[in-house]
Amino acid sequence: MQTRYFLLILIAAAAVVFFAARLVGNDYVFFAGYTVLQFVVLATAWNILGGYTGYVNFGSAAFFALGAYSTVALHKFINMINIINSHFHGAIADVLHLIYPLSLIVIGGAVSGIVGLGTGYLTLRLRGAFFAIATLALAVVLQTLIVNWDYVGGSRGAYIIRPAEIAPIGPYIQYLFLLMLGLVVISLTIARGIERSQLGYGFATIRDDELAAEASGVPTLKLKLVATTISGALMGMAGAPFPYYIGYLQPSSAFGLEYAVNSIAMPMIGGTTSWVGPLIGAILLGSLQQLATVTISSAVNLLIVGLLLVGFVIIAPNGIVGLVQSALHKNKAGKK
Amino acid sequence: MSYGKRATGGNRVTFDLLINALIAGILLGGFYAAVTIGVSISFGILDIVNIAHPAFIILGSYIAYIVNARLGIDPIVVSVVMMPVFYVLGAGIYQIYYESFERRGQESLRGLSFFFGLLFVTEVMLILVFGVDYRYVEAWYIGPSWRLGVMDFPLRMLVPCVAALVLCGGLELFLSYTFLGRAIAAVAQDQLALRLMAVDPIRIKRIAFGISIATTSVAGALLIIIQPVEPSVGREYIGRVFAICVLGGLGSLPGTVIGAMLLGILESFTSTFYGPSWAPAVAFGVLLLTLAFRPAGLLGR
Repeated sequence: MQTRYFLLILIAAAAVVFFAARLVGNDYVFFAGYTVLQFVVLATAWNILGGYTGYVNFGSAAFFALGAYSTVALHKFINMINIINSHFHGAIADVLHLIYPLSLIVIGGAVSGIVGLGTGYLTLRLRGAFFAIATLALAVVLQTLIVNWDYVGGSRGAYIIRPAEIAPIGPYIQYLFLLMLGLVVISLTIARGIERSQLGYGFATIRDDELAAEASGVPTLKLKLVATTISGALMGMAGAPFPYYIGYLQPSSAFGLEYAVNSIAMPMIGGTTSWVGPLIGAILLGSLQQLATVTISSAVNLLIVGLLLVGFVIIAPNGIVGLVQSALHKNKAGKK
Repeated sequence: MSYGKRATGGNRVTFDLLINALIAGILLGGFYAAVTIGVSISFGILDIVNIAHPAFIILGSYIAYIVNARLGIDPIVVSVVMMPVFYVLGAGIYQIYYESFERRGQESLRGLSFFFGLLFVTEVMLILVFGVDYRYVEAWYIGPSWRLGVMDFPLRMLVPCVAALVLCGGLELFLSYTFLGRAIAAVAQDQLALRLMAVDPIRIKRIAFGISIATTSVAGALLIIIQPVEPSVGREYIGRVFAICVLGGLGSLPGTVIGAMLLGILESFTSTFYGPSWAPAVAFGVLLLTLAFRPAGLLGR
């Protein structure tokens, strides 16, 4: 299937999801759904680096928070929503209101992508483990910087007031949900596109045997840097609308450990070799956590994620996708 | 965080302040050596990226806390008594790690995720059992401090530093002068040669990993002497331990002690002159600079 048909199918699926959610007619669906979609983007982004090239990023929260804090910094610097309201009227203002969050996503993605490139450049020339360790430390350091940076609220946090309504859609949360759906479509298309391109084969050679790849002329460092940049940028894009979603952003919520854990656990549980894995993992774990948070407690639901992660890497190394594939394989072999 | 003598940011540099920042840094560095020495063995020698190491340290802290609170026994004594238990725990974890990842050649992606999951599960379990309140221990050396002229030696820092140096010295002697210690050094270099000498490399690695986790029992007790502990404190130490390990040179125990002292002094100066909230960023800066300019570390192989 060609990429553009795949894209069309995804857009159609996204439209169905959006209108189905509107049919329910309860804003809670959008609030919960936004979180699940955000995890789909994060898991897919993580998998582009982790699953395809085999380099583990423990700092997803850092890239996510970078996106979120880019939005906060920009919001403090120039409050576009007020400017649009006071200078423009009618249809032009409506259009500008729709475009503004898109520009935030682009900027958040750019910032995180550049940081991803920088981290990769400093550490990827060495043994793989150093990259993983550096990303872990990156989260701590960026959090330190943000806590000490009063302009974006420091440790007290920052309020971002989102408009209540947006013109053609209605409640603002529905627009945020729609934006996140768009990001899901983009990231899945990118992930699938990479899988079937020369880039993807290059990534796979790095994952399987980096030394052999290097010896056969694969530009491994360049490919790894491409992967860290794309992956970081997508995580930043997922984070950019977050301040508008949460309304009050503080460092401990933006750098929450649940982002780092979930963006690893979801692809690992779903399966890391194709774009389907993170999608399945994120929808399953994301919905499970939404249920568990409401019914039990948030600490217990994180424990469940941790235990599932440890269990799956030991027992089912290729995740749910791997389990399904081997089951299909057995059936075929049985019929012969 | 509150260890050593702290001053608010932007202080004028006086001799008193400078010398006390240096002493606080050295004492802190000694403690960091105890925290890192286990990673030096697991990551430096065995090539196992055990990022769950700090979680075991916190576990050690809580065990010292429980026994100290219930029975009033000295935390360091408790931690030494508990070392065999941690050794068994470590050996067990290595066995799982070996069977599931190392033997299948999947240690990079899945092995790392395994340890990450372990780190996470330990932390959340501690939160569920003890909550997120800060816990502390009681001992005679917490509180008083020795004064030599303008120099200030808080015993709360001095005792952990001495205990840490004893631990590191003992391990260095063990690795250099016993058959088992030399076998551990050999397993890092040539597993096949070890097999030819009729030594099972997996058994040696299991023992070495057990020892590495056994040190976390002591490191945990020292941690809770130095500062009050809650379950997520361990995360701050992930960056630190690997920064020290890389700075000192992978697999070199004397390098680890030197690296720990350097980082301790750097952090102490940072928090004295810029404010304590900047200290966590130092370790990462050091880690990145070392990786960029001298990846083999100060005393690297």
